[in-house]
Amino acid sequence: MLILDCPCCGVRGEETEFHGGGEAHLKRFGPDSSDAEFEGYLFTRQNPKGVNFERWRHANGCGKWFHAARCTMTLEVFATYSAQTYEPPADVIAAIKAKRPEWEMPA
Amino acid sequence: MKRYSMFAIAREAARYHQGWEKAWASPAPKKKYDVVIVGAGGHGLATAFYLGKNFGITNVAIIEKGWLGGGNTGRNTTIIRSNYLQDPSAAIYEKARGLYETMSQDLNYNVMFSPRGVMMLAQTEAEIRGYKRTAQANAYQGVTTEFIGPEKVKELCPIIRIDGPRYPVLGALWQERGGTARHDAVAWGYARACSDMGMDIIQQCEVTGVTREGGKVTGVETTKGHIGCNKLASIVAGNSGHMANMAGFELPMESVALQALVSEPIKPCMDVVVMANTVHGYMSQSDKGEMVIGGGTDAFNNYTQRGSFHHIEETVRALIETFPMVSRLKMLRQWGGIVDVTGDRSPIISKTPVDNMFINGGWGTGGFKSIPGSGWAMAELVAKGEPGPLAAEFGLDRFRQGRFIDESVAAGVAH
Repeated sequence: MLILDCPCCGVRGEETEFHGGGEAHLKRFGPDSSDAEFEGYLFTRQNPKGVNFERWRHANGCGKWFHAARCTMTLEVFATYSAQTYEPPADVIAAIKAKRPEWEMPA
Repeated sequence: MKRYSMFAIAREAARYHQGWEKAWASPAPKKKYDVVIVGAGGHGLATAFYLGKNFGITNVAIIEKGWLGGGNTGRNTTIIRSNYLQDPSAAIYEKARGLYETMSQDLNYNVMFSPRGVMMLAQTEAEIRGYKRTAQANAYQGVTTEFIGPEKVKELCPIIRIDGPRYPVLGALWQERGGTARHDAVAWGYARACSDMGMDIIQQCEVTGVTREGGKVTGVETTKGHIGCNKLASIVAGNSGHMANMAGFELPMESVALQALVSEPIKPCMDVVVMANTVHGYMSQSDKGEMVIGGGTDAFNNYTQRGSFHHIEETVRALIETFPMVSRLKMLRQWGGIVDVTGDRSPIISKTPVDNMFINGGWGTGGFKSIPGSGWAMAELVAKGEPGPLAAEFGLDRFRQGRFIDESVAAGVAH
């Protein structure tokens, strides 16, 4: 079972309390963007086997969105952090590296 | 290969069953093959089979990280149907259903295809409209389905409660020639036929890298060393994204866990397959007597092959409402498989950004029923380098072009 700590309200809950929102840190594209950029933004996903950055909403709690760094093979959560970020903060990356030394941040 | 027949059984019975051969060989990998197929599940083995049968290409290796048929081929709920809304889907699934009808004869292996009929319950007004539309589309596509009323549902499957409090049964989309087959036997039958054609099935051999030269694939790094190839086919379901990442590109796909469970075996009580998409549960009875029950997917990316407990709870709750007798059954086993779900819930059978590498994946929650059709279309793509009529619409480029084959609306989650 997946256990997450909401960084917004500080409550720890299991997965039925939350709603998954897919890949985090997607670069958004608007009008005048190319077909390839739209395809990447709308459909193409990293879908990694291992460390994944993703969006979650504390649906049955405070209702706010946040981000989580989680391993898709073990369900281990390395950190949860604010959704008001364009990329994973340094302390989140350090928390992942502490447990997965071989892991590299994908380009 | 000695043929399986009534006479073979009699012959072996007379000599203490000492003469049965191994169904397939387990050779060490050669240095190079014409075609390397990654993934010895149903789709990979079917692709290999039709490469040999339809195109005469037999210098083929099928490599598998676990044991053959041990992924989603051995984990699904064995339902076969082709009542899809969109033309490209109906074409490939109907091709597959047709091939299932003669598969036991074609492979000389009993896959226990049982065209017992599949019904998809309509439990809301919207579903009635949707299924009537699908039945009409199926009529144009040459797929035999009909919309039936609740009395007929009760007649075909007496254990259904049609006047439930929340979602009474208002009708159903009925495909009489749909049904089930023995999922393991499909993989085993194809494996035996492929091995007989001289193809190498290499199990316990995980791909760790894809080697390329000038944008062209040259082979794969594996736990059993480098295996060279002229053409590479990635047919790995939930691990498609992982394979793509190793080859240096990304896919419009996400991997999630889909669950199923079976009850203790009971006497025959249900001789059709029932899918209830509104409450989300589906059920059929295996030849052993177990009730085979399909559940939902997790809402987050996942490679754990387990799945979340609350989905099991939701599925069983839905089934108790539709089939009250289920409440007294003990559940024997629960398991999960990793399915690769695309943006439009339709598969990808396509060339890739890497030359001579092909991908067949994205079957999501509906892979088993399509195995022979998928193998047929994929073999054509790999052999000719260009997709044939069955695969043409399922290219990767459809996401860039906005040319979706939208089954997510048409089929919902129970695919």
